[in-house]
Parts: sequence; C-alpha cells; structure tokens
Amino acid sequence: MRVSERWAAVVLGLALWLLGSLGVEAQSYESALEKFAGDSYNETDAAIAGIAASGNPLAASVLEALQDARLLFGDDKRIFLRDKAGTLRDAASGKPVESTATLKPVRINNRIRRSIEAALGGLTLLSADPGKRLEAAQAVFKSKDGKALPALEQAIGKEVDLGIKRALEEARAAVLIYSPTATEAEKLEAVGQIRRRGDQDARGLLAGLPGDLSQSLRRTVADAIAAIDNRLAAWNVVQNLWYGLSLASVLLLAAIGLAITFGVMGVINMAHGEMVMLGAYTTFLVQEVIRGSAPALFDYSLAIAIPLAFLVAGLVGIAIERGVIRFLYGRPLETLLATWGISLILQQAVRTSFGPTNREVGAPHFMSGAFELGGLTITWNRLWIIVFAGIIFALLLAVLRFTTLGLQMRAVTQNRRMSAAMAIATGRIDALTFALGSGIAGLAGVALSQIDNVSPNLGQGYIIDSFLVVVFGGVGNLWGTLVGALSLGIANKFLEPYAGAVLGKILLLVIVILFIQKRPRGLFALKGRAVEA
Amino acid sequence: MKRLILRTAMAASVAALASLPLALSANAQDTIKVGILHSLSGTMAISETTLKDVMLMLIEEQNKKGGLLGKKLEAVVVDPASNWPLFAEKARELISKEKVASVFGCWTSVSRKSVLPVFKELNSILFYPVQYEGEESERNVFYTGAAPNQQAIPAVDYLMKEEQVKRWVLAGTDYVYPRTTNKILEAYLKAKGVKPEDIMLNYTPFGHSDWQTIVADIKKFGSAGKKTAVVSTINGDANVPFYKELGNQGIAAKDIPVVAFSVGEEELAGIDTKPLVGHLAAWNYFQSIKDAQNDAFIAKWKAFTKNPKRVSNDPMEAHVIGFNMWVKAVEKVKSTDPDKVIDALPGIEAANLTGGVSKMLPNHHITKPVFIGEIKADGQFDVVWKTDGLVPGDAWSKELEGSKDLVADWVDKKCGNFNTKTNKCGS
Repeated sequence: MRVSERWAAVVLGLALWLLGSLGVEAQSYESALEKFAGDSYNETDAAIAGIAASGNPLAASVLEALQDARLLFGDDKRIFLRDKAGTLRDAASGKPVESTATLKPVRINNRIRRSIEAALGGLTLLSADPGKRLEAAQAVFKSKDGKALPALEQAIGKEVDLGIKRALEEARAAVLIYSPTATEAEKLEAVGQIRRRGDQDARGLLAGLPGDLSQSLRRTVADAIAAIDNRLAAWNVVQNLWYGLSLASVLLLAAIGLAITFGVMGVINMAHGEMVMLGAYTTFLVQEVIRGSAPALFDYSLAIAIPLAFLVAGLVGIAIERGVIRFLYGRPLETLLATWGISLILQQAVRTSFGPTNREVGAPHFMSGAFELGGLTITWNRLWIIVFAGIIFALLLAVLRFTTLGLQMRAVTQNRRMSAAMAIATGRIDALTFALGSGIAGLAGVALSQIDNVSPNLGQGYIIDSFLVVVFGGVGNLWGTLVGALSLGIANKFLEPYAGAVLGKILLLVIVILFIQKRPRGLFALKGRAVEA
Repeated sequence: MKRLILRTAMAASVAALASLPLALSANAQDTIKVGILHSLSGTMAISETTLKDVMLMLIEEQNKKGGLLGKKLEAVVVDPASNWPLFAEKARELISKEKVASVFGCWTSVSRKSVLPVFKELNSILFYPVQYEGEESERNVFYTGAAPNQQAIPAVDYLMKEEQVKRWVLAGTDYVYPRTTNKILEAYLKAKGVKPEDIMLNYTPFGHSDWQTIVADIKKFGSAGKKTAVVSTINGDANVPFYKELGNQGIAAKDIPVVAFSVGEEELAGIDTKPLVGHLAAWNYFQSIKDAQNDAFIAKWKAFTKNPKRVSNDPMEAHVIGFNMWVKAVEKVKSTDPDKVIDALPGIEAANLTGGVSKMLPNHHITKPVFIGEIKADGQFDVVWKTDGLVPGDAWSKELEGSKDLVADWVDKKCGNFNTKTNKCGS
C-alpha cells in the first residue's frame, strides 16, 4: 500500500471506530431505556445503571423524571418523559411528541430510589445549578461510588462556593476511604477530613468500615469515632435543652390562659382543653376556605387564623361564663362538674359537626423542615412555636401591666371585696378575664394544630398538663407559669432518654407531688392577707 | 249511653295497646339481629367508625338478596366509646338484651380481652377483624385479622432480604399488642442472628404527640454504619405526629424505612403523605390492588357512603370475609344457634377481595395473602412484595418458649391451647 492510502485506511478505521462507539453508546442508552417498559424493579435497576454509564446528555433528566414519577411508558413499549413544564417528550431523542396511548409512570421503590440518587449524584456533580451540585455531593457521600471520583476531582477544581467545595471534598474522602485502590496515606487524610465533618453521617460512615484494615488506619478510625462521639454527646445536651424549651413553649401556651382564669377567678375550668381544640378547628376551617377559594394565601393561613381563633374561643368563653359559671361562684366543686359537663358537650358538638376522624391541618412552607445549627437539628415549626409563645407571653404581660383592664384584673385577683368597694365591676371583669383566658387557649390551639392531631379529643391531652404547670408555678402569677413550664418541660426531656416517655412522665408527676407537699402554693405564690388560699 | 260508648272505647284502645307489644315482638322475631361493637367516639374512633359503616353496608346488601333463612337481618349498633370496660358491658347488652345472633367488633387487643369472658359465659360468637398479637384461640371468637405470622414476620423477612436491614428499632404503643408482638419479633430476630445491641425497643402512651427525642434517638441509632429500619406497632392517632416529626427531621424512607402494622389508608387520610413516600406497611389487603372483586367492592362502598373520596382498608375486608363466612355457616346448618354455627364454621370458604379464597381453619383463623406496600403521595399504597399464595394463620407463635408447643384445634381436639409435647389440653 502507498503511504497516503495507509493514512486513509487509518483515518477511515478511526472514523468508523468513533462512529461505532457512538453508535454503541446510543445503542446502550436505548437498550437501557427499553428495560423501563418491563415495569419490574430489577429491570428498572439495571436500566438506571445502563443509563448512568451511557454518557448520554439526556441521562440526568431521564433519571430525574423517574424520581418524580414523570417517566412514562405505554403499551407500545416506547418510553416518554414529561418535563417540568409539562410537555411530553420522547426519552430517546428528547424531542417533544404526541402520544394517544395510555401512559403509566414507571414504578419505583426504596431500593430504586437509592440507585437513582447514587446515579444522579455522579451525573450532576458538574451541573450549572449550585443546589444540584450540593445534592450531588451529598449523594456521592452516601453512595461512596468509586466511579464518580474523576468527576469529583474535576468539580473540586472548578468549584468556587466554599460550602459546596467542602461537601465535594468530604464526598471524595468518603469514596477514598471505601475505595480498594486508594493508598494508605490518602485514606488517612480522608479519615481526617471525615472527622472534621464530625456529624452523625460521618460517624455512620466510619463505623461502617469493614474490619480488615491496617493497624494504623484502624487506630485512626477508632480515634475519629471517639472524637465524634464526644462532640455529639456535648451537642446532645444542648439538643435536649432545645427539646425541653419547645415542650415548655407548648405547655406555656396551653397553661397561660388557665393561669389567668384560675388565678383571677379561682374557677377550675375543665373545659379549657376544649378552647384549645376550638382554636385548632378554627385553623382547619380557615385553611379549608383558603384551599377552596384562594390557594395562593395558604402561607398566610395561620396569620389569618390567629385573630379568628382568639375571637371564637373568647366568645365561647364569655358564653360559658355568663351562662353557667356566673351562678356557681364560690362553689368550686360544682364549677368543676359543670365545666366538665361543658367540655363533654363541646367535644360531642365538634364530633357531630366535623366527624370523629382527625382533620388535616397543613403547615405553611416556612414551618416545614429543619436546619442545622452547629450540631443541632432545629425544626422550623418548633422554632416558630417558641417565638409565638414568647410573643403571647410578652403581650399578656403588657396587657396586665399597662392597660386599665389589666389593672382591674390584678386588683380583683388580690382582693375581690376591696376592688368591688373601689367601684370595679367585678362581674364584668370576671367575664372579660374568662374571655381573655379562653381566647389565649384558642391561640394555643392554632399553634398546636401544627404539631398534634386536630381531633375532638385534642384538648384532653393538654388539660392535665396545664393544671400541673399552673399549680406548680403558682396560681395567679404569669412568671410562675413561665418558670413552671420551663422547668417541667426541660425536666421531662432530660428524663425521657433514660426512662422512656411513660416512666419519664410518671417520675415528673411524683416530683411535682412531692414539691407541692413542701410548697402548697407553688413556686411563685401570691402573698398578702386577703389572698384566698 | 255516653258512658257505655266511652267505656267500650277505652276498653278497645287498652286492648289495642296491650296487643301492640305482642304484635311488635311477633314482627321482631322475623328478623335476625347482628351486633356491631365498634368505638364511634374516643381515641379509636378514627379507625373503628368505618368498620361500623361497612357492616351496615354488608347487612343491607344481604337483605337485598332476600335476607338470611328467609328473615331480614337487623343491625344493632352500640358505641363502647374507646372505653375498654364499656366494651364488656355493651357486649353483654347485645347478647342478653338484644339477643343478637353474632357480634362483629373490637379493634384493640385490650378491648377484645375485656369482652372474652362475656362471650364465653353467654356463649355467643365474635368476629374479630383486626391484626393482633396471637397467643390466643377462643372457641367463641373467629379471628379474621392477621396473626403475627401473616403480617409481622413476613414484614421483617422483607426488610432483611430486600433492604438488608441489620439494626432494628421496635417502636410501639404501650399495651398488650405491641408488647407481645415485639417479644415475638425480638425472639425471631435473635434466632436469625441479630445481636441484642442491634435491637432498640421503645414504648409510648396512646396519643403521644412529642416525638422529638425519640426520632432523634432513632437517627442516632441509625448512624452506626449499619442499615437500620423501624418496625412500628404504634396505634391510633399518635402515628400522625410521629410521621410528621420523621419528615421534619429529614429521615427519608430510603435511609431509615419505617414499616407499620397499624397504619392503613384510613389513618393516612388525615395527613399530608408527601414526606412519607416510600415508608411501608404490611397488610393482607390494599385498596390499590387491581382485582375485579376489589373494584366492585370499592364502587359499592363509595356509593353506599355517598363519598367518592372514602377509602377502604384491611379490617374492612376482614369483616367482608367474616360476614360472608357467617352467612354461609348459618345457611349450612339452617340455624343461628351459636353452638351449631361455631361447629359449622371451620372449613367454610369465602372469597377475599384480592382474587383469592379464604378458608376458616380449625384454629379459628383464616388463610390470608400478605402484601407489603409503600406509601404513595396520594395516601394509597404501592404493593412492592407479596406472598405467592395464602398463608394460614398461626394462633400460637413458634418463636416464643411458652407457645411453640401449643396448637389450637377446635374440630378434633376441641381445645384452644393443646400442648403437643404433653398431649394435654392447656399449657
């Protein structure tokens, strides 16, 4: 052969080989796609592996569609994907198409979800979207997939965002530790990197290593695990404090209305829990109306529900006071019985109107999920409830301290006879106090609808705790209620990990009983000659 | 004259009134009464109200077919209000006063244990439609719900094989069913080689709503490097804040799956199920199973309740099977006498709603298929695993020391706890 012909042969051979490999790639992508049509979990798993390995630019969008149930197949075994805008596309070519066949989404289960996450992690490391890159880094951290290593190195080189760069480096460390081909030095450095991460996922990664490691590596890993454990234990104490604080805020919200009615009027209101329940149902109704007529307002549903719940519960409170309790002053046992009866009536009324099953109250977007603060996981709904409880408490203090109504309420609490002699209409003050206490219980219901079931029995779960807090903290004193709620909440949460939920509650009750023996008036008792016992 | 007319009129009306109860009771004897003993208020109303409704639908349907033995069926509904001692009182009222031919009822094991003495003493029949912990086989009770080997054990097997779970959290409500089921599961897991430090037990009271610490503990337990799963026997509406907290703390089903035994379509109807997608439940029936019988039943159910969004669940199917078996037994012996019906029931077959045929066994349990389903975003279940055929229910668990030698047989041995080692009735 002459030289030019030889060169032509080589070039032709290369071109054919390139075309062939492209074709093979296209074939492998398409044959992987075909497996989705079988709608069997094993086939789908194989398809995911094939698509991820194919290198086709559509691979990532196909896998994302599969994750969101947007990957469809029809009777003709063709695979389609519906993109985020809603257009139907052919999965092989990516072009928009029409199809008259009935299309069903390809089913996935937990195992498939893990495969998709691992595959997507490798594919989207270099995505333009920083959120996707972070997700990809976290996915590779979990999957420890060695095939993603080159893409990881590339991504680390290009990354400018410090947080994402750290996640990528940790992902690389995870891959290296589990990689059979990495050197000892690389692995030791990787362990150091993971130890610096120091959270539970890091500990899980290190604890899951197989036993057949070198002496020095095993020692380094053991040291790292011990260090992480110490760090986590310290954060655990803070976490328990946080849980105690959130439980205390719930107790405070439920009990503060009772502190006012019990404190000012000495009325044992067994229907207090039902005021909370009415507040929760008001929230449900507001959300139903919004869902039906103005869905865009959903995130404001709680803000709208707050004044409404206050009004509804307050009005019911006034009705109870004027209708029943007014005639039973000075007779605590009769009041107890009568309000117990009213609580049963209210429960059954709600059960008859709304049904006995629970009602769904959704969380607005800003109240879902959680965020990390150091080693703490703080859920948004609990944080907002603590803030809410604090605001209510401050407002109530302001009302009592700075308004005329508050002044008159305090006067009636300290000495009813003298206040009447000073021309304070004690009857009207009683009605307004009861309304205020019930209204605040309604506000508590709005908050509790986010963390507890909305059912006719909602109030029953909080009435005992409310009385406990009020009696422990001292009747008639708001600061007593606050301190009582805080101490009971935090004590409960510190007991729970050791004794369990049931025993923890029992121990707490025993402690409160013993405390009441010593100080029957509670923590912050009101002093004075005319204060009734 | 006037007085005579007045007196005759009075006598006539008195006679008419006196004969009224006789006439009424004569009419009453033309119906067969069926007792329905489910809580319609209280903490279990969320689960039990729908069972009362399905019984009413079944009775109405049977009456349209001409009733039973030529008489119409009459439903007698009472509300024991999630109050366990009241269950016993209401059962007595149904049997002694209302003279019902059989009772369909109970949900929690504590309610069933409360009514057992009443059914034994007054010799009536109870059809119990709910999955339970086993360790029982009474002559007067027919268990159409799942025994542990028809729900709990297959679920644990699925997690071990499919999800390769190595660490287990057994979380339940604090009463007899979760305690006994967890004892069985602990023994089963240890027999399969799971170490005691890889098993975490946790019990909470009914209606528990503050799951922060427990979910954080589950997260910690799951970060030891081995795949962890939660087996949940949490009952009632405590499930709602539990799942919400799981979602809020970011525990996804693909990392730490939760398989529940007491959460079905009815319990999910009140939650936003999007954060729960992928978590599991083990039952013998799901509304989403495609079958002609199931489609027909669901259509009838939605028409009867006049609610196109009403869901169907496993205990409802158990009542359908139990009711049909009772009707067949009564027709076989041509009588509603409890003794005759009790002896006639073992061996009776009735179709279930997933394309199979359930059979009543001598131990008063039935054969059932087992399905494991994953929660979907719309509150329905996607079946990810199922048994090839129907599994017969074992009243006495082979995993526990005190019960592995016991067998229940009301046909030959006439004994609910026959000891196969000592060949004597009674452990």
